[in-house]
Amino acid sequence: MPRAIELDQLWKFYGDYPALRNLTLSVAEGSCCALLGRNGAGKTTLLRIIAGLSPFQRGTVRVFGLSPRNENARRQAGFLGHGIGVYEDLSAEENLDFFARIAGLPSPRTIASTWLDRVGLARVASMPVRQFSRGMRQRLALARTFLHSPNILLLDEPFTALDDRAIAMLSELLIEARARGATLLISTHQIREALAISSHVALIENGRLRYAGERTPEMLDDPALLYRLHTELGAA
Amino acid sequence: MRLLFQALSIAKKDLAIELRTKESLNAAGAFAVVILLLFSFAFDPDANATRELGGGLLWLVFAFAGALVFNRGFARELPNECLDALLSSALSGASLLLGKALANLAMLIAVEFVSMIVFGIFYNVRWWLRPLELTGVCVLATWGISVVGAVFGALTVNLRLRELMLPVIVYPLLIPLLIAAIEITNALFANQPLSAYELLWGRVLLVFDIVFTALAMALAETILVN
Repeated sequence: MPRAIELDQLWKFYGDYPALRNLTLSVAEGSCCALLGRNGAGKTTLLRIIAGLSPFQRGTVRVFGLSPRNENARRQAGFLGHGIGVYEDLSAEENLDFFARIAGLPSPRTIASTWLDRVGLARVASMPVRQFSRGMRQRLALARTFLHSPNILLLDEPFTALDDRAIAMLSELLIEARARGATLLISTHQIREALAISSHVALIENGRLRYAGERTPEMLDDPALLYRLHTELGAA
Repeated sequence: MRLLFQALSIAKKDLAIELRTKESLNAAGAFAVVILLLFSFAFDPDANATRELGGGLLWLVFAFAGALVFNRGFARELPNECLDALLSSALSGASLLLGKALANLAMLIAVEFVSMIVFGIFYNVRWWLRPLELTGVCVLATWGISVVGAVFGALTVNLRLRELMLPVIVYPLLIPLLIAAIEITNALFANQPLSAYELLWGRVLLVFDIVFTALAMALAETILVN
């Protein structure tokens, strides 16, 4: 199966500290890979490198065979980090219209309206984001991430601090993305939720890849199994 | 074409935010007006010598006011990690810098216009006598300041002391541009026809703009990602 993401012997240092150590991983096109690991394991760093947001010192990174900073690679990617990535002083409609324009989509205003409907923000489309509740902001961030129908989704702890409505919306969007063949790489602490939607699992500990493979039914039954079998802390 | 379209989208977005918050315009405009007023009290505005210093005074005020504008340019992208959203999108680094420079240009031109009015009133200088040439100098020089400001605004955006660092880095680079702008502006305020000497400075302005715009676009990816 063709590879959407290929990492080969990747090293990333913050000063002298190696945040990622000789990490080799490939994610097949159309798969959903749950990126697991404890705080500080290197999940966010890895996602930022794949999104082209962070330089690395050694190794290679390929997104659809291209450098992560390549414009064609970025055009196909959707990244949702810890921040919602929308402007407080613009309205929801202006935010989506802006991101649709820079993504080069035809009729950005129509796309913005469609997504505002989709995430239930049509009624407050012209209201500045600074007046939004937390849940409304999260839904707007989801619309911003998904509006250009990316072929690869890089989501950094997307379920964290979401309200129930946003969780339902995100789950629906993820299922839809998988159905149209998009590749998903999701870092999360919510192991059970992540395993339920993923086809593959990658486990990182202290910047090292401890496990990468298909998600098995045993993992669903016992989500802590991976940690017990493949991490030093789990073994101890 | 796509690059220009994206740059215009960035500039439009920045200007829309600025028109709502007025953070940069209020700060830079108020700063420029206050400095011009203070200098008018410190020196005799009717003296010929003071008027001969007019170009220098104005361009230094514009440069200092510019620092207030540039500091906000990329800082505006920090809340909610909007810069990450931009850099991970299909937007090219060159478009982002160009868009920021265009927004800087528009804001600084607005500040310059207000400053010119205040300058005309308090220094008794008839600056409107050569409007086309003056507009040309203002646009050329302000574009140079805006590009340099956008580049170094991006470089210093994550520094804790960026308000201090940005002017320290930017002003030495702007020296040739400021000298050129001052020389031409002084000649225009004196309502003299532009001589070969001023035209030479005009070429300096043009070359400065071309070189720094080309450098900014060529190095944009490196500047923004590293």
